[in-house]
Amino acid sequence: MYDFAYEKPASLADAVAALGHEDAKVIAGGMTLIPVLKQRLNKPSVVVDLSGLGMTGITVTDESVIIGAMTTHATVAASAAVKRAIPALATLAGLIGDKEVRHRGTIGGSLANNDPAADYPSAALALGATINTNTRSINADDYFQGMFTTALEAGEVITSVVFPIPAKAAYVKFKNPASRYAMVGVFVAKGPAGVRVTITGAGQNGVFRHIGFEHALAAKWSADSLTGVATSQDDLNSDIHASAEYRAHLCNVVAKRAVAAAG
Amino acid sequence: MNAPFEGIGASVRRKEDLRFISGRGNYTDDINRPHQTYMVIKRSDRPHAKIISIDTSVAMAAPGVVAIYTGDDFANIGGLPCGWQIHNKDGSPMAEPKHPVIAHGKVRHVGDPIAVVIAETKQQARNAAELLEINLEDLPGVATTTDALKPGATLIHDEAAGNVCYDWHLGDADAVAAAFKSAHKVVTLDLENNRLIPNAMEPRVALGDYDRHTGDYTLYTTSQNPHVIRLLMGAFVLGLPEHKLRVVAPDVGGGFGSKIYHYAEEAIVTWAAGKLGRPVKWTADRSESFMSDAHGRDHVSTAQMAVDASGKFLALKVHTVANMGAYLSTFAPAVPTYLYATLLAGTYTTPVIYVEVKAVFTNTVPVDAYRGAGRPEATFLIERLVDAVALDTGIDKIELRRKNFIPIDAFPYQTPVALQYDSGNYFATLDAAMKAADYNGFPARKAAAAAKGKLRGIGVSTYLEACGIAPSKVVGSLGARAGLYEVANIRVHPTGSVTVFTGTHSHGQGHETTMAQLVTDQLGVPFSQVDIVHGDTSKIPFGMGTYGSRSLAVGGSAMVKAMDKIIAKGKKIAAHLLEASPEDIEFKNGNFSVAGTDRSKSFGEIALTAYVPHNYPIETVEPGLDETAFYDPMNFTFPGGCHICEVEIDPETGVTSIINFNAVDDVGRVINPMIVEGQVQGGVAQGIGQALMENAAYDASGQLLSGSFMDYTMPRADDLVNITVGTENTMCTHNPLGSKGCGEVGAIGSPPAVINAICDALKIRHMNMPATAEKVWSIINGRSAG
Amino acid sequence: MPQVTLTVNGKSASVDVEARTLLVELLREKLGMTGTHVGCDTSQCGACVVHVDGVSVKSCTMLAVQAEGTSVTTIEGIAAADGTLHPMQEMFREHHALQCGFCTPGMVMSAIDLVNSNPQGLSQDEIRHGLEGNLCRCTGYHNIVKAIDAAQGIMHAPAAE
Repeated sequence: MYDFAYEKPASLADAVAALGHEDAKVIAGGMTLIPVLKQRLNKPSVVVDLSGLGMTGITVTDESVIIGAMTTHATVAASAAVKRAIPALATLAGLIGDKEVRHRGTIGGSLANNDPAADYPSAALALGATINTNTRSINADDYFQGMFTTALEAGEVITSVVFPIPAKAAYVKFKNPASRYAMVGVFVAKGPAGVRVTITGAGQNGVFRHIGFEHALAAKWSADSLTGVATSQDDLNSDIHASAEYRAHLCNVVAKRAVAAAG
Repeated sequence: MNAPFEGIGASVRRKEDLRFISGRGNYTDDINRPHQTYMVIKRSDRPHAKIISIDTSVAMAAPGVVAIYTGDDFANIGGLPCGWQIHNKDGSPMAEPKHPVIAHGKVRHVGDPIAVVIAETKQQARNAAELLEINLEDLPGVATTTDALKPGATLIHDEAAGNVCYDWHLGDADAVAAAFKSAHKVVTLDLENNRLIPNAMEPRVALGDYDRHTGDYTLYTTSQNPHVIRLLMGAFVLGLPEHKLRVVAPDVGGGFGSKIYHYAEEAIVTWAAGKLGRPVKWTADRSESFMSDAHGRDHVSTAQMAVDASGKFLALKVHTVANMGAYLSTFAPAVPTYLYATLLAGTYTTPVIYVEVKAVFTNTVPVDAYRGAGRPEATFLIERLVDAVALDTGIDKIELRRKNFIPIDAFPYQTPVALQYDSGNYFATLDAAMKAADYNGFPARKAAAAAKGKLRGIGVSTYLEACGIAPSKVVGSLGARAGLYEVANIRVHPTGSVTVFTGTHSHGQGHETTMAQLVTDQLGVPFSQVDIVHGDTSKIPFGMGTYGSRSLAVGGSAMVKAMDKIIAKGKKIAAHLLEASPEDIEFKNGNFSVAGTDRSKSFGEIALTAYVPHNYPIETVEPGLDETAFYDPMNFTFPGGCHICEVEIDPETGVTSIINFNAVDDVGRVINPMIVEGQVQGGVAQGIGQALMENAAYDASGQLLSGSFMDYTMPRADDLVNITVGTENTMCTHNPLGSKGCGEVGAIGSPPAVINAICDALKIRHMNMPATAEKVWSIINGRSAG
Repeated sequence: MPQVTLTVNGKSASVDVEARTLLVELLREKLGMTGTHVGCDTSQCGACVVHVDGVSVKSCTMLAVQAEGTSVTTIEGIAAADGTLHPMQEMFREHHALQCGFCTPGMVMSAIDLVNSNPQGLSQDEIRHGLEGNLCRCTGYHNIVKAIDAAQGIMHAPAAE
């Protein structure tokens, strides 16, 4: 690791000020940032720790689940309120990394990083979440802009995420056997944003909506509706763990399982 | 109150555990020396390249830098030695190119050291390493033996024409050819044994220290065999005599073979500590382990079995190409020859065998012994071939095995590939494993799984292996540049407690417990009064270390021999005290007594007398009770057994789940059943890892693609199931314990059991390992032949 | 240089560290507590697991400065003051759940958290899934699962007064 300055601001304003330094980096849970720093793949001048800002906790209303950006995956996974409102979201949180990662990793960190094999982006996009920052609210449709790329601007910090409560939803994850990230993760939802199917882990550009699956499920919400619905291999990853062809196949199998799980 | 039974056969809880479960282990990285410096290695990120220039000037000026060394600094020092010389078919010696301590002129694999930076802190060393200006000119690289053997392939060493290290054979080619001509059928199978990365959980560490007052060097290192390292490094690399060099291997966090070898880092820190007059410490990052620890396996083979109409094996012919990697690691040449080809009879009476092995250099990390070493490759080949014979002839796979097993009354059994098996009963282990696995109930379970849309398969492996490689005279004639005996020093203290100094090394095997049980059993000394010391050349007379499941069969036997000397001396002392003749003294349950009387002296009394010799036969017996034995075995030992694996495959995804795994192993006399069971379970887990998920992946040019746990699939708890272990015990006939060894059986017997089960489930003839979900899915969907 | 003040195994410590210092480096190198191990550099092996404010974390993936004001428990701190082993330690020994011992500290700390956070009890299958963040190369996990299963019975038993 290269050395850096460390700041733990007590207010959002101070955090934003600290992020004004050139090559400043935010640390939330650090589950991605610290491994990256250890590999010396990043050389921040200052690391700004958001853990002094609060921004934790879960609020459930009739329409939505609002999660503070610094809420850990473990908290979401264990939340009785989330389990009642959007059980798929609690399931997803419980499938991220391992329990030590879940104790530190945060929803804000996951969404800000937008790893192409991360789990949360699939839920945010499928449920039509709103990502609140210190300056604005961003619709998930506009937020994800390709792997490790988001609509966040320099100095912009996620404060909370609002998930509309769907009628039905489920997340099924086919794990990369080595890293345990999603090789193919599928989030299906029937909610305010309509029928949505999002896929993480498979695409070269990060999370994406599977329009073919969405149309089929909009016509009839049933796993069988997906039989024979193809997934283009063009933009899928191909690596030592899985070819694009296999990932395309898995998209279908996993989506069916997700629909079955959603009921 | 009766003392608990803590001798041979008791599942005594381990002595070493208290420190390990309390965080009080003493691993090499836990050791720090005053004024220590830190070494970071700049490694090649290219598979094959010419070193045009290395400019160290900027790096040298960086804060905290103490020294920077490159290949030039080691050019006049010996290369890393190879401990085994193989001869070609024509009798000429193998190609043995120099393995520079630091790459010189060329880099030959990703991970090859180019320079080392030594600094006051690790971070400073790392910072400076980034400032090295290294100019490399890429050369074409090759990762597979197939590519390396192609005409016009890039030449990795000038000394190895066509990249061939050796072209060796064993057996009777003419007899095999004749048998093939007259055979009812010849069954052929092409198969690969996938390359593995050992990944002991503790990364390697080396800490060199130099005492400027005495001129003594000390190397603390993560080694399975400190004396071997002292010999190889002292005599062949650095030119340091043994009495000035101490090698300490304290608690070591797993080895599995990968910590047998003498590695460059050990020589560099030792040499640099002397140069600098300060301790030098190197600790591997896991990423470095992936590209610098010796890998395992990596064979490409064709196997052919000739059978008669009844299914009796008539002749076996095998052709294997083995990947040596970029350089010869310490014991690499022996693995695909004497640890592989000699095992090809397996448990069967195949009367004639001919095997050709070509060893080939590639631009990959050196390959050497990894848990099982040669024997898993042989077992996978045989046990897969037997299933192919069963399929091709229509004979049931169990019946075929029974028909060809070496009969119980045929021992000692001379195989056509040099080995003579002393004992075994393959029928007993097969029967026991079938019973444990409820083999006969399988069709019903298969039908039940089919009703759920799943594919079930059951696979059997009836394996044999050779442990405790020996005798020295024989291995010497086969090319070993070392003896393979073992050493034990039994020190009885004046008050009767015992310290054992063993030349073996425990890095998870539990020797501190098992060996103490041996002492309790033989000398009657309470278990708590026995300590086992290993891993320090300044304490232990000598030793060859731990690998090849040799510690009990060879090291334990050395202990028995030394304890025999203790007892013999004790009898003389007792005879004097009891005014009897030594021939009339019996030693039993810790007491020396005059036969047929109640006159006796306890072991403790004799020990005290030996050290306080007031009333003592001083004219004929020396004071003290401290004996050493070197034990050179008569033969290998031959554990064998049967592993049965049941799998269930999800045809939609190709995911294979292990449903049940039963191992029944004949490891001879068992000292501690709990430890044996643990050893087998761990070995089986590694075997299942090889069969289902582990693979060292390279691209065609030699870039390592699976260079971290992100990409190299290690078996996790949820990948595995409970592994049921049973033992059958035929005794080894030529060592005093009757023990055969249990460290490797799990990794040797299990991979073919898993793949046989998958082939059974998929109704296919063969597939190579690892059986990843995608591969299985491709086969199910006709996209691949397997 | 930042100063970190924290409690380790009940004892307070104030240490000057670089901002980049990892918690595991603080423990091993600054405090000499070498029971916690480092087995990988990609946050996967779990040899470095400790408890921070009562929950398991990978100390190789946490900056020492992030531990400011926390209470850290390591493998050296789980036995009772009189030396009585924690039930998890005891069951690891009883069931031969360790061989080389290198993964053991992290495995034990992870297992304690797993059991503590599941008072309803865990099936063997759930225990296996709960160990996703811990690699062991020696045991094949069989005996680790057995040990945790046995320990949960003791840990959840009503305290004998």
